[in-house]
Amino acid sequence: MPILRASRGEALAHTRGLALLIVVIFAVMSLLVPDKFLRPYNFISITYVAPELGLLSLAMMVTMMSGGIDLSVIGTANLASILAGLFFHWLGGAHGPALAALGLPVVAAGLGIALLIGLAAGAFNGALITGLGITPILATIGSAQIFTGLALVLTGGPAIAGFPDAWDFLGNGAVGGLAVPLLIFLAYAGLIALLLARTAFGMSLALIGTNRKAAVYAGLAVRRTIFLSYVLSGLLASSAGIILSGRTNAAKSDYGVSYLLQSVLIAVLGGTDPAGGRGSVLGTALALFALMLLASGMQLLRLSNFLVEAMWGAFLLASIALNSWRARR
Amino acid sequence: MKALTQRSESVVALVLLAAMAGIGLLNPAFFSLSNLFSLARSNVVSGIMALGVLTVMISGGIDVSFPAFAVAAMYLTLRLMLALHWSGVIGPFLLATAIGLALGLVNAALVHGLRMIPLIVTLGTGALVRGGLLGLVGTSQINIDRMPPELIRFGSAELVAVKDATGAHIGLSAMILLYLLLAFLVHLFLGHTLLGRGVYAYGDDREAARRAGFSPRRVVFVVYGLAGALAGFAGLLHAAMIWLANPRDFIGLELDVIAAVVLGGASIFGGRGSVLGTMLGVFLLVMISNSLILMHVPTTWQRVVVGLIVIVATALTSWRDRRRLAQGLA
Repeated sequence: MPILRASRGEALAHTRGLALLIVVIFAVMSLLVPDKFLRPYNFISITYVAPELGLLSLAMMVTMMSGGIDLSVIGTANLASILAGLFFHWLGGAHGPALAALGLPVVAAGLGIALLIGLAAGAFNGALITGLGITPILATIGSAQIFTGLALVLTGGPAIAGFPDAWDFLGNGAVGGLAVPLLIFLAYAGLIALLLARTAFGMSLALIGTNRKAAVYAGLAVRRTIFLSYVLSGLLASSAGIILSGRTNAAKSDYGVSYLLQSVLIAVLGGTDPAGGRGSVLGTALALFALMLLASGMQLLRLSNFLVEAMWGAFLLASIALNSWRARR
Repeated sequence: MKALTQRSESVVALVLLAAMAGIGLLNPAFFSLSNLFSLARSNVVSGIMALGVLTVMISGGIDVSFPAFAVAAMYLTLRLMLALHWSGVIGPFLLATAIGLALGLVNAALVHGLRMIPLIVTLGTGALVRGGLLGLVGTSQINIDRMPPELIRFGSAELVAVKDATGAHIGLSAMILLYLLLAFLVHLFLGHTLLGRGVYAYGDDREAARRAGFSPRRVVFVVYGLAGALAGFAGLLHAAMIWLANPRDFIGLELDVIAAVVLGGASIFGGRGSVLGTMLGVFLLVMISNSLILMHVPTTWQRVVVGLIVIVATALTSWRDRRRLAQGLA
């Protein structure tokens, strides 16, 4: 099948391009701030900070593949961690040793609550989009308001500070010398790569994004597939919320707001076509790594956060310009 | 009568009247002159921006960058006025509008030139402009003591002024006239010019519009340019009305404005929407947000309410659009 081969060659070229980008960023930053950038600490800290953004980017990728988008990922992440936090505070008090020492069964229950919230939020989006026929942009703009609003109502504004030690392990711990957040991200990335490449769900998702009408006529379960892609997105978002709250030992209704733009950027830079049809887990992971290197370098250069935000915007425009130039060639 | 009940404007108007009656019953303070005047005033800035978003959405696009453009136009204009000791009203407003227009044309160039999804383009330009403004130009607020007095005088002009029982001054902002004038002009443009009809045609069916002789390029440049220009104008007007300029203003405003436009009956699929519907949508949303306190609802609920409104309104428009499609009326 020549079409498949062409797209595979394209994906390979894209992966090579991303690898080159990583090398360039690495080289430039090593020259600009050699002593600080090349410290092992810098790279270890990336393995703790990057995964939450990586999970959000995977969520964005999965929903973009069918030509949709999930703008509610941040709201979902915060709502999930806040509800788990409230559950812990209800059982262990708002602070003190009793809260920190909550046992594994309780933490597992909290984990279940957070993940269920993610699944429910995703199912809500999926139902709005496939059931009520609302466009993904507006459905998830609306649901993002509802999730963030509920998080605000539940907390009244301030952060829920203090989580059990076992929960914080998910954001700060290490197993075999590797950061737990990184392991969680790799597990999800592997799972999604498998889902996309080896299951009917993954194949259908790409086909729906390429040509929805054809997918309908081919008898694919279009609605169910799209619904499930939003459920998966919700699951990923709530997992990002778990890692974020574990890492910072707190949950708040407006944490991670700047992640929305960055996760769109990483998905698009990683080779996802926001119009649907194409997405790559490897590309997303490489794009994540490239941007985290860039971010840490810019931080070491003491660039203001505002300029970093502007850079993300410029990067997003540059990467879609590149994609469009490549598509036309 | 049937035609009347089927028009989304009349539905929004009915909901609006019902909501007014309900809020007024819960708290009669709603119908006080000062509350009504302040409500009317709260419509102006979001309303002017909504006119631009409406035009973009009729063409089948979306714009989330306009709050960043508005704040950039406002802040750059004021910083320039302070640096050059420049005073005046018309000149600064022309400059703010021009800045917004220029940024809007960048959106158009990217959307048209790259054939790229407007949401992604405007997410990028919005972040670039806001980050660049705060990072390169400054983050400090321009307070009333440094605001150009002529601009303040203009922004506080009143249409009517009365004294209430306690002798307090209640005025109706004259800026409402500007809003109504702009709304009328956009209405004329959309409904009574060839290009305006082209915006509808393009939003409804791009290929058909192109074959009918409408230039897609011109439509895209006009709608994003108009959205930018209106945002720039509204940005400076906002500063003139509240007597200060904060470069961090308008964060998240895109959601409220898009919600209002959708509430007013515009469809993201393009081809549908009217100025009257949008004005009613803006009024309804502003009224509900402003009245939560009057209804003794904690303000933390505001986002939930806005989100629910977006979802209900989009579900209704999508149901309407599909029914029309099914009936072959689309």
